[in-house]
Amino acid sequence: MDDLLKEFLSETIENLGLLDSELVRLEQNPQDPTLLQNIFRIVHTIKGTCGFLGLPRLQKLAHAGENVLGRFRDGTLLATPDAVGLVLAAVDGIKNIVNVLAATQAEPAGDDAALIAELDRLAESEGGTIEAAPPAVDALAEASNAPDPSDRLDHPDHAVAEKPVEPAKAADSVAAPAQTQAADIGAQAIRVNVDLLEDLMTIASELVLTRNQLMQILRTQKDSVFGAALQRLSQVTTELQEGVMKTRMQPIGNAWAKLPRLVRDLARDLGKKLDLRMIGAETELDRQVLEMVRDPLTHMVRNCADHGIETPAERLAAGKPETGTITLNAHHVGGHIVVEIGDDGRGVATDRIRKKAIANGLATEAELATMNEQQIQQFVFRPGFSTAEAITNISGRGVGLDVVRTNIEKIGGTVELRTAPGKGTKFVIKIPLTLAIVSALIVECLNDRFAIPQINVVELVHTAANSDHRVERLKGVPVLRLRDKILPLVSLRKMLGLASDSSSESGETFVIVTQVGAQSFGIMVDRVFDTEEIVVKPVSPLLRDLSVYSGNTILGDGSVVMILDPNGITALANFTIEESDDKNAAQSEDKAGKRAENVILFRAGGTEPKALPLELVARLEMLDGAAFEIANGRAVVQYRGALMPILSLDPMSPFTPANRQPILVFAEGERSIGVAVEEIIDIVETVYSVDLLSERPGILGSAIIAGKATDLIDISYHLSAAGAHWFKKETQIPFGAEGHARRILLVDDSPFLRNMLQPLLTTAGYEVVGAESAETALKLCEEGERFDLIISDIEMPRIDGFGFAAKVRESENWRETPLVALTSHVSPKDEERGRKSGFQRHVPKLDANLLLKAISETLAPQKDAA
Amino acid sequence: MTQGTQKKPQENNGPVGTGGDFVTFTIAGQLFGVPVLEVQDVLRPQAVTRIPMAPPEILGSLNLRGRIVTVVDTRHRLGLPKAESKEQPMSIVVPYRDDLFALAVDRVGEVLSLTAENFEANPPTLDLAWREVASGIYRLKDELLVVIDVARLLRLGAAAHAA
Repeated sequence: MDDLLKEFLSETIENLGLLDSELVRLEQNPQDPTLLQNIFRIVHTIKGTCGFLGLPRLQKLAHAGENVLGRFRDGTLLATPDAVGLVLAAVDGIKNIVNVLAATQAEPAGDDAALIAELDRLAESEGGTIEAAPPAVDALAEASNAPDPSDRLDHPDHAVAEKPVEPAKAADSVAAPAQTQAADIGAQAIRVNVDLLEDLMTIASELVLTRNQLMQILRTQKDSVFGAALQRLSQVTTELQEGVMKTRMQPIGNAWAKLPRLVRDLARDLGKKLDLRMIGAETELDRQVLEMVRDPLTHMVRNCADHGIETPAERLAAGKPETGTITLNAHHVGGHIVVEIGDDGRGVATDRIRKKAIANGLATEAELATMNEQQIQQFVFRPGFSTAEAITNISGRGVGLDVVRTNIEKIGGTVELRTAPGKGTKFVIKIPLTLAIVSALIVECLNDRFAIPQINVVELVHTAANSDHRVERLKGVPVLRLRDKILPLVSLRKMLGLASDSSSESGETFVIVTQVGAQSFGIMVDRVFDTEEIVVKPVSPLLRDLSVYSGNTILGDGSVVMILDPNGITALANFTIEESDDKNAAQSEDKAGKRAENVILFRAGGTEPKALPLELVARLEMLDGAAFEIANGRAVVQYRGALMPILSLDPMSPFTPANRQPILVFAEGERSIGVAVEEIIDIVETVYSVDLLSERPGILGSAIIAGKATDLIDISYHLSAAGAHWFKKETQIPFGAEGHARRILLVDDSPFLRNMLQPLLTTAGYEVVGAESAETALKLCEEGERFDLIISDIEMPRIDGFGFAAKVRESENWRETPLVALTSHVSPKDEERGRKSGFQRHVPKLDANLLLKAISETLAPQKDAA
Repeated sequence: MTQGTQKKPQENNGPVGTGGDFVTFTIAGQLFGVPVLEVQDVLRPQAVTRIPMAPPEILGSLNLRGRIVTVVDTRHRLGLPKAESKEQPMSIVVPYRDDLFALAVDRVGEVLSLTAENFEANPPTLDLAWREVASGIYRLKDELLVVIDVARLLRLGAAAHAA
């Protein structure tokens, strides 16, 4: 059922329940103004909403009822039992229609003319004219237009007496079977006060802490009689906690709701043509986080509209379409949400940022000389920075961007600017799904323990005087050589004033490598304990000025620890950005033009690590071994209210769940499939090239990742080998790519497929350019781009593959370019149609080998064609 | 010695100086009191996590049945030197503006019912730091009891430095 309708029904059913009792009370206190106001408001709401939803019958009836209530409210008509009876009949009529709506999602046929006529007669009782169901007019206006106040109860009563029952009955007969359904909808959703949810969350968090405490005690007592019960308690607690968390999840689209209007208004005010695209609005996150990002998002959209996008004239002059596009894109990556706010406007020239940074005294020329473009671009988030030549009333760039960064970092997120002059600007925000419970690393420094949120930890390095990694000093300042780079270090004990001299640190220490903005640095601590799930509690107001802490928490052993905030530490350590760091270099493009990718490393059969692009993985889960079941001959697990099949990457060894079984979850739409691995090793951002192509099925090839030979998994092989037909409905998107000799254009509206095909085709040595729609692809054509081969999906929104092929064949530039169709079902009929439109070949989706074969065969005789 | 439980108030505390029940405590030999209704818990000495870089009036924080309570160094607040004995302080937990605070004291005493006729305003010569947080004095048979205004005691920061 349509969400909107569902919401309407659940709200209306709730309101109708109220209405019944209110009307009965009205009968007893016919003059009570609050009561009348309430009743009027409820009916008015129903009328207003159903007008919006296009439910004419309901609207007419509610409207007629409202008119009578309007007279009650204005005091021009007395609420006699008979008059109230008539309104109740109208309410019954509304109920019946709503019941049918809930069952069939459509209004019942027929009308309520008789009832409406009665209502109208009552409403118009002084004027005497009786109109048939009046059209929807503003009820308030109409109510106030009601005839003179001298009108009293006299004649309406008896006119009203009997009749209304009849039409209600008529509707009744239609509605009878639907009754239960309506009750269901009413029961499926209830409104709960947010405070109550917050309280529940707090209580659940306390329970988690107590559970942790109990588990810790249990660990010290072997063979405790409480063992089994505590395990069960632990599991239930986890479920409870997850359940409560879910109640707080809201789609990010809620924070976007006002943006279309905002962009429209901005376009008018600025005299620009703007288009807003929103992708992934259904991505869910904690409402607390949602509230925190609402303003920053709005601000960045304003920024794009105001500064990013050029005027139509400028755009035309630059050879761009007149209308600028602002794109919002949200998706899950691991335990985080990445939101991108991008425009296709003028971008920001790094040179201008550099000059401005110097002019505003934010950095010296010498400092800037050591930085790469990426690092320099992040200066826009510094307080006191503004590149806008004219400050407009929409947004003075820089005035807000530092606030944006502060707000996002406050919730443990990061924000980054990516821009290319002439091409556009993109803000990339990474925020945690929830603030309430985070995984944190517990460290010790002298005898004090602290927690550092895992999100801030890039890696851990153990240093000792005689090991490969040792702390060196530059005029007393500690640094660490890490993979041929110098990593600045911050001594926690010195910074927090735990010990004044840091000489004792020359021996064995642990370095927690963390990153704030574009700067990496290490925090030196004495010891590192476990990671623990902690409940972040805000610090007392008395300590709020201490920026080194982002909160505090209670550990499993009952002790209180402070949570360190790396952002605050950089502020306190007050270091200017001096070292360039390898992460950044990797994020920008390397010499070969390859983009760094996030890759997840894991073990699954064999000792060598396996890798997958992180973007393919929807979620990482750690599931209890007992949760796995067998259904229909294969391993499954109950996951988010559905059965999720579990695959093993090694077909030779059947899946046997470990106690704590890590699962990579792949999802598309509603469907999920889990892949069991032995161990998740790491997630690294890296530029890699496949060095060895594999002969083994299911392996794309090998590459060096994080210094080790790693097998790249061909996940499409495994998913299709498992008989997963669940990608059929994929939309296609083009994939971005790198390459050498041959250029391939991939037109596909599904990001999933693009992500899957990108490593595959790159591995095979092609340069791939992606387009997420036929329109985008044709734009490339107009721009004079050349390709050796075009691969296109058939099922795409707006222009489908056939239409696209026809257009390509008509075009000047691409007439000769070979076309390969990518389809989920290859029938002879389709192939015939495809051939007529201009496709040379059809290849089924998800068959990597066939695709590669088709590409090479198609290209072979045509080397010189394009 | 009192410990870990909430006191049963016998009667409501009215405005300052109208008498009522007070939880008494001693710091550096001096008897103090806070209205019993403002006290949530009395705690035995227990582990306090120190908070590096916190203002000197903050001793640290402790875990009270899953809630984090900020421990205030009452001695420091009253301008008294650090305790010489190694004995761990006890604390009186008071709610203030949705947060809980523990006032570290040397020893918690009895709950006393005091009457208005024994109340007096602060003598004008009272130490500035004390005048800042005391709302008056009760004359007991053997000694004087200084009534602490919790809200003012917890108004740290600017006010504290001014005092």
